Amino acid sequence: MSEFSVGIRQRDTISVLDLKGYLDAHTAPELEKAFEKQLDDKRYNIVVNFSDLSYISSAGLGVLMQFIEDVRKNEGDIKLSNMSSRVYNVFDLLGFPMLYEIFNEEDEAVKKFLNKTENLS
Amino acid sequence: MRTFVSDAARRFGFSESEVGKIELAIDEACTNIIKHAYKFNPDGIIEIRVSTQNDNAAPKFIVEIFDSGISFDSSRYTAPDMKEYFKKLRHGGLGIVLMKKLMDEVEYGRIGGERNSIRLVKYLPA
Repeated sequence: MSEFSVGIRQRDTISVLDLKGYLDAHTAPELEKAFEKQLDDKRYNIVVNFSDLSYISSAGLGVLMQFIEDVRKNEGDIKLSNMSSRVYNVFDLLGFPMLYEIFNEEDEAVKKFLNKTENLS
Repeated sequence: MRTFVSDAARRFGFSESEVGKIELAIDEACTNIIKHAYKFNPDGIIEIRVSTQNDNAAPKFIVEIFDSGISFDSSRYTAPDMKEYFKKLRHGGLGIVLMKKLMDEVEYGRIGGERNSIRLVKYLPA
């Protein structure tokens, strides 16, 4: 049985989704729910932290594609961080770094959002 | 299922990173069968056969996956251009792209007019 969970934290105006375990077609609906919740709450600055994710299949990447349009339409973004090399390779093979910013550390992704907000104010 | 194939791949001599690629390709193949061939019908049967070929310069690890669901017409399939894919913010259809990138050969077939097969081959690096 594949195990997967999503934790949601707020850092300033940013939602951080902590992914844990195995993200595949079976568990991807959990991640969908977490994104839907952010959109319902009108939180469009999202960082996905992959540090505890040990496996990802295309179903997981599909979830990111499903929400990126709505998030960006609302001046937000989905930024990704803390991937293991195994997980990063899957993103890289499909060319996802073309569309998503991927950071080594969550703090860098958060900083990027905060800098953008400061520049606007 | 995951353990069965990865143990066999490991015994054949693949590194952990290569074993991970084979596992993922098989996950993608089975996910497509469950979703598209069987439309999530829980009674659908998926058969997996693993074999190896050692008789030539590049030893091959072969995984064949069979199902009796709706067949996939690979002749009508063209791989998406990923730049276009991202520009149009499409989703879905990534499994087959990934399989082709992870494995050295991916071949779809039809057996006796009623079963579908996918043959995934990975060469053992010299």
